[in-house]
Amino acid sequence: MTVALFIPCYVNQFYPNAAKASLQLLQKLGVNVVYPSKQTCCGQPMANSGFEHLSQGCNDLFIENFSGFDYIVAPSASCVLHIKDHLESHKNPAQAETIRTRIYELVEFLTDILKVDKLDAVFPHRVGLHHSCHGLRGLYLSQMSELNAAPFSKPQKLLNMVRGLEQVSLDRQDECCGFGGTFCVAEEAVSVKMGKDRVTDHTKHGAEYITSSDLSCLMHLEGILHRNKSAVKIMHIAEILNAEL
Amino acid sequence: MKQTKTKDHASLAEAFIKDEERVDWHDGALWFIRQKRDIASKQIPEWEQLREAASTIKSNVISNLHDYLLQFEANLTRNGVTVHWAADADEHNAIVYSILKAKEITQMVKSKSMLTEECQLNEYLEERGIEVINSDLGEYIQQIDKEPPSHIVLPCIHKRKEEIGELFHEHLGTEKGMSDPTQLTRVARKHLRNVFLTRRGALTGVNFAVAETGEYVVCTNEGNADMGAHLSEVQIASMGLEKLIPQKKHLSIFLRLLARSATGQPITIYSSHYKKPRPGQEMHLILVDAGRTRQLGRVDFRDSLKCIKCGSCMNTCPVYRKSGGLSYHNTISGPIGAILAPNLDMKKHADLPYASTLCGSCSNVCPVKINIHGQLYKWRQEIVKEGYAANTKALGMKAMAWTLSSPGNFTSAGNAGRWFMHNIPFVVNNRFNPWYKQRDMPEGPKESFAAWYARNEKKE
Repeated sequence: MTVALFIPCYVNQFYPNAAKASLQLLQKLGVNVVYPSKQTCCGQPMANSGFEHLSQGCNDLFIENFSGFDYIVAPSASCVLHIKDHLESHKNPAQAETIRTRIYELVEFLTDILKVDKLDAVFPHRVGLHHSCHGLRGLYLSQMSELNAAPFSKPQKLLNMVRGLEQVSLDRQDECCGFGGTFCVAEEAVSVKMGKDRVTDHTKHGAEYITSSDLSCLMHLEGILHRNKSAVKIMHIAEILNAEL
Repeated sequence: MKQTKTKDHASLAEAFIKDEERVDWHDGALWFIRQKRDIASKQIPEWEQLREAASTIKSNVISNLHDYLLQFEANLTRNGVTVHWAADADEHNAIVYSILKAKEITQMVKSKSMLTEECQLNEYLEERGIEVINSDLGEYIQQIDKEPPSHIVLPCIHKRKEEIGELFHEHLGTEKGMSDPTQLTRVARKHLRNVFLTRRGALTGVNFAVAETGEYVVCTNEGNADMGAHLSEVQIASMGLEKLIPQKKHLSIFLRLLARSATGQPITIYSSHYKKPRPGQEMHLILVDAGRTRQLGRVDFRDSLKCIKCGSCMNTCPVYRKSGGLSYHNTISGPIGAILAPNLDMKKHADLPYASTLCGSCSNVCPVKINIHGQLYKWRQEIVKEGYAANTKALGMKAMAWTLSSPGNFTSAGNAGRWFMHNIPFVVNNRFNPWYKQRDMPEGPKESFAAWYARNEKKE
C-alpha cells in the first residue's frame, strides 16, 4: 500500500512536528509513505472567501501531485474536507473524482482503513479533545451533539489507546473554536471571543494539552493561550499518537 | 429605529462584544435553549425521521407551489375568507391599510409576525394614522423600545430583565427598579387585556397554511393571537407564500418539530386553527411574495424557503450567541437570515454570509434539514461573482491563488516561509493585523517539513 502524504501549506511552515509525527506514525504501522514535493495548498483559503473560481490552479496542481496513489492522507480534517467536497477539474474529471474518494484525514485513515486497535504510545497528561467542525460535521469523525444518533468518536478511540493519557470532559463537547479561515481576521472580535470561551472550557476542566485533528483550530487557540501567558499547550493528535517515553 | 443600517456585521458585533459580561450572559441564555432542544429532541426516537419527513414535505411544497397556492385560495374563498395577493412589502401594507380604512379602524392589535416586521407594516400604518400594538410580549417590549426584534422566536432575548424593568417604568409607570419577570409580565398582561378588548382589527402571522382545507395555524405560547383574533371585527392574516403544507395530517409532523426545535417544549401552548369567520366578522388573508419567488428560482438557495422559523439555528450558532441578533441588521438574523437576506438585497447584505465559521451546527439542528452552511458557502461565491466583495480582498485573493497554484511561484516568492509571513493573515506580525490584536502568531520553526523531508527522508 502506497500512501501520499499531503501536508497542508501552513502545517508545512509552522507545525513541521505534526507532519513528521504523521509520517513516522504511518511508517510505524507499516505503510509505504511518499511525500510529493511539489504540493502547496488545497485551495480552501480562496474558496471559503467566495473565490472558488480562483482555485482551479490549486486544483490542477493537487491532481498533478496526488494522482496514482492508493490513498492520500493528511493531518488536517479541514483541508481533506475541502478536497473531498470541491476538487474539480475540467481537464481531468476522472482523476479528480478518484482523489476525492481516496483522500483521508489521518485519524479516519487509522481507524477505518488500517483498523488500528492498539498503539505503542505513551502520553501521561490530561488532554482535552477539540473537535474541528470540518472533521466532526464534514468528515463525521465523531457523532455530532445535535443529532439523535448513537455516539462514537474516532479520535477518542485512538486517544484511549495511548498509555497514561487522561481525557478531560468538556461542558460543550463540540462547539466551534471560531477560527473559520479568513473569518479569524474579518470577524476578529467574534473569532477571539469564541476562541477564549473554548480555551476556558478546556482549562477549567484541567487540561494540560488541547489536541485536535486540525491545526488551524489549534493555531488560533494557541495564539490566545500564548497571549494570555497560559501554561496550557496545543498539540496535534498525530504527535500524541506517535509519542513515546 | 435605533439600529444603524450602515455598519456591517463585524463592526456591530465588535461593539456588542465590548461588554463581555453581557455577551457571556447572552451566550449562556441561548445555549440553555439549545440544550433544552437537545433534551426534547432526544426523547423522541424517531426524531431524525421526523426531520427527514418534514424536509421532504417542504420540498414537495416548494416544487409544486403554484398548485398548492391555487388550491389554498379556492378553499379559503369557499370558507368565506377574502384572499389578497401581494407582490411586495408595499402592496402588502397597502392592502392591510385599505381593509382597515374601509371599516374605519384606527387601532389594530398584532401578534408575532416576522413578515410584517420585514414589510415594516407598523411604521407604514402609523404614518397613516393607525396605531398598532404588538401583543407578543417580546415584540411588545421591542416596540416600546423602538428597536427591531433580535431573534425571530425570542424578540428581546438580548435584553436583561433590569433593562425591561426600566422600560416598563418609563412607559407603563411601574415602580423604579422593579425587574421581577412575573410581576413585569402581569403588568404587560393587564395593559394588553385592555388592548384586546378595545381593538376592532387584529392581524396575525401564519405558521402553517393547509392547502387541502383552507385553514391556517398560528402557534403561540401566550394565546395573544387568539385574544386579538377572537375579539376582532376584522381579522387579517399575513403569510409568505412558502408557509403552505399540503394536507392537515402533515401538521402532526410540523407541530412536533416546531416547538421542540424552538424552545425545547413538546408543543406550543396554543396551536390555533383558523378556518372561517364567525357571523358578523370579516376574515382576510394576504399571500405575500416579497422576493420569495425570486429565491425559488435560485437553484442553490431555493431550499431556504423550507424554513418554518423555529430559530434553532440562531440558538446553536456560536457567532449569533456571541454577536447578538441586531448585529445582522436584518429582520431575520442568524444563519437563516444570512441565507435569506442576500436574496432581498445582495449588496446591502453582502457581509452576512461571511458572519459564519461554516461550522455546520445550524444545518444539524434545522428541523427541515436546510443545508444552511452549504448555502452560506455558495452565497459567498455568488457575492464575489456579482462584484460585491471589497476590491482589496479580490486582489489579495488573486495574488494568493497565483502563488499557491504553482510550486515555482511558491518558491520564487523569495522563499515559501517568507511568503507566508507576508501573506497569511494569522502571521503578519504588525499592529495593523487583526490576528495580532488579541492573539500571538505561531512561532516559526527553524525549518519547514518540506525542507526537513528533503534532507532526511527523500529516497528515489
